[in-house]
Amino acid sequence: MPHRVAILAQDHNLIAAIQSDLSDSEVLELRDDLAERIGRRRVRGIVVDVTALDVIDSFVARALREIAVLARLRGAETIIVGIQPDVAIAMVQFKLNLTPLRTALDLDEALGLLECAR
Amino acid sequence: MDTDEVLGIVLLLRDVLARRLFVEYQHDKDLLNAILDAYEPAANRIAVTVGVSFVEERERVIREQQEAIRELSTPVLQVRERLLILPIIGMLDAQRARQLTEQLLSEIQSSRAKVVVIDITGVATIDVAVADHIVQTVEAARLMGASAIITGLSSKIAQTLVDLGVDLSMMNTVGDLQGGLEEAERLLGVLPPAEPTER
Repeated sequence: MPHRVAILAQDHNLIAAIQSDLSDSEVLELRDDLAERIGRRRVRGIVVDVTALDVIDSFVARALREIAVLARLRGAETIIVGIQPDVAIAMVQFKLNLTPLRTALDLDEALGLLECAR
Repeated sequence: MDTDEVLGIVLLLRDVLARRLFVEYQHDKDLLNAILDAYEPAANRIAVTVGVSFVEERERVIREQQEAIRELSTPVLQVRERLLILPIIGMLDAQRARQLTEQLLSEIQSSRAKVVVIDITGVATIDVAVADHIVQTVEAARLMGASAIITGLSSKIAQTLVDLGVDLSMMNTVGDLQGGLEEAERLLGVLPPAEPTER
């Protein structure tokens, strides 16, 4: 498990709090780790907190999309929270697409959304 | 004190001093010439310094006011818990559009807004760059977890957008501000829909 990401389990949700910028391999590790954990404990929702990320490049965006698709296939909903204003502007300008992903302002919001979706 | 008064005094002082020099040294033409050679540039420099500093001060004030007007012209208003309105009035240039986006996004973060109504009733014309920018703003807001509703598209602007071929398929547009607010309250009031909101 990557050191820079704390993965917490809460009820039927997994919360992945990214603590600092990740290298490409750490991003992939996170993806695989989450995919594997979904099956282990009947996870219904995944929240990925990217508040600490100063940059979301195409690689990270793609990995996040893949997490969502993987999770979907295994029966869990993924929500990304905490995209910073600067990051959001940059992502839009570089036309990075998170389309299948849902976003929320913060953890509270995301857990609320997951609660409703149930 | 006014600019012309101050400059008048400086110039008067220069003339009085010059006259005094004439009176003092009129018997010795060479000495008078030498003194005037030194005196005139110095006196002129003082006059220029005073004049320029007045102009600079005034320009600084103008710049500050322009800045203030620009900030005031893009207010982000909170209507109720988690609902923001962004009325856009007048010309949108690239700089203002960027500032607007930044202001809106930081406001979304600080007030935990969930819905943003962007009202462009007051925008007379729109071009590709600005339309693009509005689309980007909506998308950026969505990335932060807020949904945006565009209201007040005039028929002319709607026509322009269609002519320009701007892709507005992902934008939630409502005719007027009232309709926009109703839509926003529906989004806020009823529990969030279970299906993904996009498209």
